[in-house]
Amino acid sequence: MLKIKEPIKKAVKILWKSLPVLLGIILLISLANSLIPKSAYSFLFSKIPLIDSVIGASVGSILAGNPVTSYILGGELLNQGVSLIAVTAFIVAWVTVGVIQFPAEAILLGKRFAIARNISAFVFAIITAFITAGLINLLVVLL
Amino acid sequence: MKTTEQSYTSWYFLGIVILAYIIVVFIKPDAIIPSLKFFLSIIIKIIPVFVVIFILLILFDLFITPKAIVNHLGKNAGIKGWIYSIIGGILSTGPIYLWYPLLNEMQKKGVRNGFIATFLYNRALKPALLPLFIYYFGLLFVVILSIVMVVVSVLQGFVVDKFVGKNE
Repeated sequence: MLKIKEPIKKAVKILWKSLPVLLGIILLISLANSLIPKSAYSFLFSKIPLIDSVIGASVGSILAGNPVTSYILGGELLNQGVSLIAVTAFIVAWVTVGVIQFPAEAILLGKRFAIARNISAFVFAIITAFITAGLINLLVVLL
Repeated sequence: MKTTEQSYTSWYFLGIVILAYIIVVFIKPDAIIPSLKFFLSIIIKIIPVFVVIFILLILFDLFITPKAIVNHLGKNAGIKGWIYSIIGGILSTGPIYLWYPLLNEMQKKGVRNGFIATFLYNRALKPALLPLFIYYFGLLFVVILSIVMVVVSVLQGFVVDKFVGKNE
């Protein structure tokens, strides 16, 4: 019993220390969700793949929330004629880059770590989008 | 409870967010109630994950020694470290920010930074959400994107190691 008391105390202490950051992030996500209308995204895109992938990754980086929302939004963007590259960059950045979560990540995992991880995740979202769209096009031609 | 510099920063951060809400009250008052409702809905959704993380923190402290961490997820862990990070990331649930406290503990105990980055990248692949993902984008897209993302997650791990260091 004594053996478990110390880890419980430690776990409470860790979560208590993280509580203001977690509450702040959830409040921030909630505010962004109410202030930015979801219908306003498709007009941002052009027809140039590289620019669209950067725009897709940027919008995905700023927005936060359940991945399900990114699938629904991504599906809508595809229906509105936005390219697969841009939509892929958008849904990958949605889950891998966190502009809103950045302060929490920097406080808890280190500023240097958070900067390196988010910038590289942003670049990789674009690279992933091009590789995925390229492979799909290739497979469609081959099959 | 000892107040450290990190916990001061955390409270300042929460204070700034509350200040943003106060500003919005004056600029766009109709956004406040939906925001708070959304906030409440997230809190209700994350309570079970919060409990899981609390239990994991206890188990982590009870059974996982720093030596085991260094062996399996330390700077010289090799391929099994990447595999553990990928599987851990895919199996983890809930919002990304809920995992920061546990990852912070692991980081302090010597887990390689690249493995933490790989873990976070693979949180994008959620088996439970795959049917919905396939519904919107098709099986071919989901299979290819998942494979590409697993490979890219390891590349990202190396990039983070390169810029941040492996964690001594």
